Amino acid sequence: MFRFILRRLLQMVLAFFGTTLIVYALMFAGQGDPIQALAGERPVTEAQRAYLTEKFHLDQTGVGGFFYRYFDYIKNLVQGDLGESLTGRQIGDILAAAWPVTVKLALIAMTVAVLFGVTAGVLAGIRRASIFDNSTLVLTLLVLGIPTIVLAPLAQYFLGVRWQVFPPTAGSDPDFYALLLPGIVLGSLSLATALRLTRTSVAENLRADYVRTARSKGLVKRRIVGVHVLRNSLIPVVTFLGVELGNLMSGAIITEGVFNIPGVGFNLFRGIRTEDGPLVVGIVSVLVVVYLVSNLVVDVLYAVLDPRIRYE
Amino acid sequence: MTHSVVQPTPASPTPEGGHLLEVRDLHVEFRTGEGVAKVINGVSYHLDAGETLAVLGESGSGKSVTAQAIMGILDTPPAVIRSGEIRYRGRDLLSQSEEERRQVRGKEIAMIFQDALSALNPTFPVGWQIGETLRQRAGMSRGDARRRAVELMDLVKIPAAAKRLGDYPHQFSGGMRQRVMIAMALAMDPKVLIADEPTTALDVTVQAQIMDLLADLRRDLDMAMILITHDLGVVAGVADRIAVMYAGRIVEHADVRSLYRAPAHPYTKGLLESIPRMDQRGQKLSTIRGLPPNLMRIPSGCPFHPRCPYAQQVCVDVVPHDLVLGDGRTSACHFAQEVRDDSAR
Amino acid sequence: MSDFETVAASENQAARRGPSGEPGAPNQVGGTSTLAGKPRSLAGDAWRDLRRKPIFWISLLLVLLFTGMAAVPGLFTSNDPADCVLARQHAGPSAGAIFGYDFQGCDTYARAVYGTRASLLVGALSALLTGVIALVVGMLAGFFGRWVDAVLSRVIDVVLGIPLLLAAIVLLKRVSSDSSTVRIAAIIFVLAVLGWTTAARVVRSSVITAKEQDYVAAARMLGAGNGRIMWRHILPNALAPAVVVLTIALGSFIAAEATLSFLGIGLKDPTISWGQDIDTGRVHMRESAIPLLVPSTFLALTVLAFIMLGDAIRDAFDPKLR
Repeated sequence: MFRFILRRLLQMVLAFFGTTLIVYALMFAGQGDPIQALAGERPVTEAQRAYLTEKFHLDQTGVGGFFYRYFDYIKNLVQGDLGESLTGRQIGDILAAAWPVTVKLALIAMTVAVLFGVTAGVLAGIRRASIFDNSTLVLTLLVLGIPTIVLAPLAQYFLGVRWQVFPPTAGSDPDFYALLLPGIVLGSLSLATALRLTRTSVAENLRADYVRTARSKGLVKRRIVGVHVLRNSLIPVVTFLGVELGNLMSGAIITEGVFNIPGVGFNLFRGIRTEDGPLVVGIVSVLVVVYLVSNLVVDVLYAVLDPRIRYE
Repeated sequence: MTHSVVQPTPASPTPEGGHLLEVRDLHVEFRTGEGVAKVINGVSYHLDAGETLAVLGESGSGKSVTAQAIMGILDTPPAVIRSGEIRYRGRDLLSQSEEERRQVRGKEIAMIFQDALSALNPTFPVGWQIGETLRQRAGMSRGDARRRAVELMDLVKIPAAAKRLGDYPHQFSGGMRQRVMIAMALAMDPKVLIADEPTTALDVTVQAQIMDLLADLRRDLDMAMILITHDLGVVAGVADRIAVMYAGRIVEHADVRSLYRAPAHPYTKGLLESIPRMDQRGQKLSTIRGLPPNLMRIPSGCPFHPRCPYAQQVCVDVVPHDLVLGDGRTSACHFAQEVRDDSAR
Repeated sequence: MSDFETVAASENQAARRGPSGEPGAPNQVGGTSTLAGKPRSLAGDAWRDLRRKPIFWISLLLVLLFTGMAAVPGLFTSNDPADCVLARQHAGPSAGAIFGYDFQGCDTYARAVYGTRASLLVGALSALLTGVIALVVGMLAGFFGRWVDAVLSRVIDVVLGIPLLLAAIVLLKRVSSDSSTVRIAAIIFVLAVLGWTTAARVVRSSVITAKEQDYVAAARMLGAGNGRIMWRHILPNALAPAVVVLTIALGSFIAAEATLSFLGIGLKDPTISWGQDIDTGRVHMRESAIPLLVPSTFLALTVLAFIMLGDAIRDAFDPKLR
């Protein structure tokens, strides 16, 4: 188990350097004027130019200079120093204020996905080819096929503006109720995927040999499904949900943007809109790290859940 | 049978003091999208206390399906039990409720399966899986179930049983895994043990060990055993009687000794002749020609006729009945006498 | 040991057939039915299965409808999407414009119809480029195995680990040109570079399966070279599953393009794109909802059509869960 975690950790470190190098290279390499690249089409003031030059060591040239700047960027990233956005605020401060909101939203979305997705998935898996099963299949396909940029504004319009069931936007300090609708919208995609995954997994495990064994032991059906089948079926589902939690935290750009939720995704959304290069680079770097760490956690979780992996 | 409880069931006349377990004229079909497969076509056999019955046949002959029908673990659908009776201590299991049948499973009749790796749950420790039966069925406490699980693992000769309680199925060798399987089946002291190809997935040397273990356990625990196999060699030392199945029927039924000496059905004869023997070195090994029948289109008359060297027109037209040959032997062949006499020569 | 040949043969046959999940008989039934049963091709089975599915026909119809719309938008509306008059801002539906006018005073319906072309173009070309990358990588990895496979599989793992939207944001931020051709090309490139991994895995595994078939060994013994074997024998086998994955991918590429345009880093004016129109409509939804609903419906139907089509074909070809 320990060796497994160590190996995974090593892989993650490699992936971290690989990914950040790519992100960094794409942002800066081969650009005529790297500072203008950061700022996009906005005019750059002399003070900003001086700050950025110093911040990213743009006075160094060549390949050596590139790596010098890259490692400087990594050092700052590891130390949590993300620099200033073009508006002059510390990116670290922006993120510190945004994280709690994003985490809250992700947890609501996750709860929705687990509560409805896994439950309905288990039922559909047990009653395969029933009316319930077929209708959930069609419904989930619909959800999977409708992009968030359609789902989020439509939910906002119908449930927020037209019928006024939920507050249409969240505002600066959103409470649970204000985050509920965005959470459901954000979670619907995970819900659909979790449902389909659970269904397939349960249906497959119900046909496994060990179920026949459990029946021949004279166990009641509730226990066979509730303990034996569920324990095995949920391994891939939990793994998926773990990856998804990472995705939800980094992927709420559209939902947070549409519903005006002051989370991480919203700041990225605004950074893209206002062409605030340093803010985008800073947030993307942090999100990539979050993504990598959540993948690591999921791998370890997978090993905890499945004894066959653990002792590999 | 000394203390059998006979339930009066008016629909079927059961003789008093009958067999421990008796299958009567069982018919099972599988209904799939492709059509209806007649998997069991009138199987009857019985098992008395303390004996071992070997059920022999190729895959597709219906030997496992019969066993699963006895256990009540057939998947329905696609399986449908058309007719027949399965009597345990005189009571027809097929007319019982699911709850009554569940009580019989594991406690009265237990079963072990071919591939222990897939038959055991991969995500629970073996001690937990053995103990589960005791906790759920006998209401034992966690600690008692653990202690009993160690005893059971000792019983099936798993070395250092107490230490291996927390190990998972995939951490055991094939033979040890099959022993875990056996320990689990013995948890509730069953009166009948059904072993479905218990050694097929194992190495030859381990096969012999497991067969010996099963024979010893059967004797020491005074159980009756149904041994399902396609391997005649496995049967010889262990079984008292043999029932040979073909296309969902019992084609020959005899005690081991007389069946080996002189098989009375061409199929059994073919099986015996295709065993490599030391005294026939250098000779070409004979085989049964043709392929097992398609269960959706079983040949008319005797289902074995397309592959049978004795086949005549009557075999194509008339389904052979069981011919009683004395000593409790039967053979479902129009030419049973000739075949037996040929074989004895 | 006394295993009989007949017994051994039929045991093996049963074992090779599918997972041992179904206890007993289905294996046995299957084992014998192929011997006596009439031979039927997988494609024939799949087609019979598909023909009876309403979802297949509905999605196919939608795909054809939108393809037609992309090719000749003039057939579906006689209005010019660029004919925008601010005085008509948010004017309601009328005989001249069935869905009224948007914030800029343009015909909402005409814009949605003309927006089809860019969406489908990006989706189709990204899927095509993805297919090329996936076929090359998947065939190389699957056919040559060993270190080639090891290296390419790690590359697939790494690219698969990159969050698509974040990476697309980083990449597209570097494209400052407003030229419609440049932007379309850039989006296609970005989507293909990030999105080829799933298809490559599918190709790789079908190549590995095809490689072990007897006829490939036979072709090799007859002296066929690697190139010929790959082209004549392995490619055709890898193509069908790849096309299914790419159909679904096409749908998600369209959704991705719309999302990027929605964020303001995808397609820009004067190119008409649903994503951008949805964003504008969203901002002004309180004044008039129609300019939000129309492009939303177009986008959702297009994406759904491709995903449902791919899903239906995949189900038909995958007998495991039938």
